[in-house]
Amino acid sequence: MRLSCPICGERDRREFHYGGAALERPAPEAGAAAWDAYLHLRENPAGRSRELWYHESGCTAWLVVERDTVTHEIHGVTLAAGGR
Amino acid sequence: MRFSALRILSEGLTGNRGWRPHWRDPEPKSEYDIVIIGGGGHGLSTAYYLAREHGLRNVAVLEKGYLGGGNVGRNTTIVRANYFLPGNSEFYSHSLKLWEGLEQELNYNVMHSQRGLINLFHSDGQRDAFARRGNAMVNQGDDAELLDRDGVRKHLPYLDFDNIRFPVYGGLLHRRGGTARHDAVAWGYARGASDRGVDLIQNCEVTGIDIANGRVTGVQTTRGAIRARKVAIVVAGRSGQVAAMAGMRLPIESHVLQAFVTEGLKPAINHVVSFGMGHFYISQSDKGGLVFGGDLDFYPSYAQRGNLPMAEHVMEAAMTLMPMIGKAKVLRSWGGIMDMTPDGSPIIDKTETEGLFLDCGWCYGGFKAVPGSGYSFAHLIATGRHHAPAAKFRLDRFRTGAGLMDEEGTGAQHNLH
Repeated sequence: MRLSCPICGERDRREFHYGGAALERPAPEAGAAAWDAYLHLRENPAGRSRELWYHESGCTAWLVVERDTVTHEIHGVTLAAGGR
Repeated sequence: MRFSALRILSEGLTGNRGWRPHWRDPEPKSEYDIVIIGGGGHGLSTAYYLAREHGLRNVAVLEKGYLGGGNVGRNTTIVRANYFLPGNSEFYSHSLKLWEGLEQELNYNVMHSQRGLINLFHSDGQRDAFARRGNAMVNQGDDAELLDRDGVRKHLPYLDFDNIRFPVYGGLLHRRGGTARHDAVAWGYARGASDRGVDLIQNCEVTGIDIANGRVTGVQTTRGAIRARKVAIVVAGRSGQVAAMAGMRLPIESHVLQAFVTEGLKPAINHVVSFGMGHFYISQSDKGGLVFGGDLDFYPSYAQRGNLPMAEHVMEAAMTLMPMIGKAKVLRSWGGIMDMTPDGSPIIDKTETEGLFLDCGWCYGGFKAVPGSGYSFAHLIATGRHHAPAAKFRLDRFRTGAGLMDEEGTGAQHNLH
């Protein structure tokens, strides 16, 4: 499995660290149920998944990776901070 | 059909023509008292104990593939009770006791071999941690012996004791730990359940869970609708998908764990050896193959295969610990789907839907739990009360934060176990 970092280009899987499902962080006052969902509950899809990966041994950017959990196919990689 | 020495001898002398299938292959009925989704080790043992301990025989096990074709047929077969935290400790202790009587109970040779398990340590701090774990095991009524370096050398003379990074300081010996023949465990429970009237229905995938007024009423399957008063989900890595049919999201991510086996070799490794610092463990099967594995690949996957970096890491750890196996040829590798919870401990509980029960989250340690999980889950389904040894495996512990069982002490968050 290789990931294409928007900054560094295509790199070996070993340069990256999986950092969990790419979820919307709730507001601090969103309540216990919203925070339980964010911290613990998962769609855990068999198929297309949106995930956070950290380019640990490269540019240290956080990436949002669209990946298929059944085929390991990568559909897209964007910078997590890109939307800001 | 039962096994006996006389039967095996007489069949051997008459061309083995008298053997019959071990379980019935029935058509699904339109209604059962209890439907169990998942015909793996845990589902089959649950069905067996429902019939054996609670006299509940109007039960069906629905399996989308073939019996025992999931993780119970693709693990590294280790059986042990060396847990540390209350909750896990009493559960695995109970499960190991069931293992010790399993062959007599099932009249089935599951080849349970208590060859001893040794967890190695490589520093003073690790020695303290293992001494504490050993004391917890002894307090639970199980066995543990702290070995020093020479003690380990007597058991495992072939290790690289003076490895520059991880010199062997000693090990925690758990003599009642060992291995079992994984497929036979599934087959033994399947036969026992089928003989007691449980319908084992293969090639029957559940496609929906019917709920009315907050109560489960049955399931939709690829072989038609089946009504049921109680439905039990016990589908390991697929827990998220099946629970979604009941409108639930679970605290589970499914990850891949790889394992490897070499060509058959003469007996060389007589124990289960665990090298935690290298994320590596190994045993030798009765057929002679070295069976070993490492850590998760650490990304979610349903592919039942891993990637090469982890394969390379496992081989490096093997060579670090026991260079003597370097010339063994690896025959096969495979991956299983692990239902990982945030704290690394399992779930056996009711759900918000009346009559719907959940047994999941066994992470990478489900095989040794097969008897205990089935026993405790059957108790919960039959009586509506938690079975004492599994009473702490609650689904709501993540929401409330009370009763988390983080055996590794790394934090009760996803991706840390």
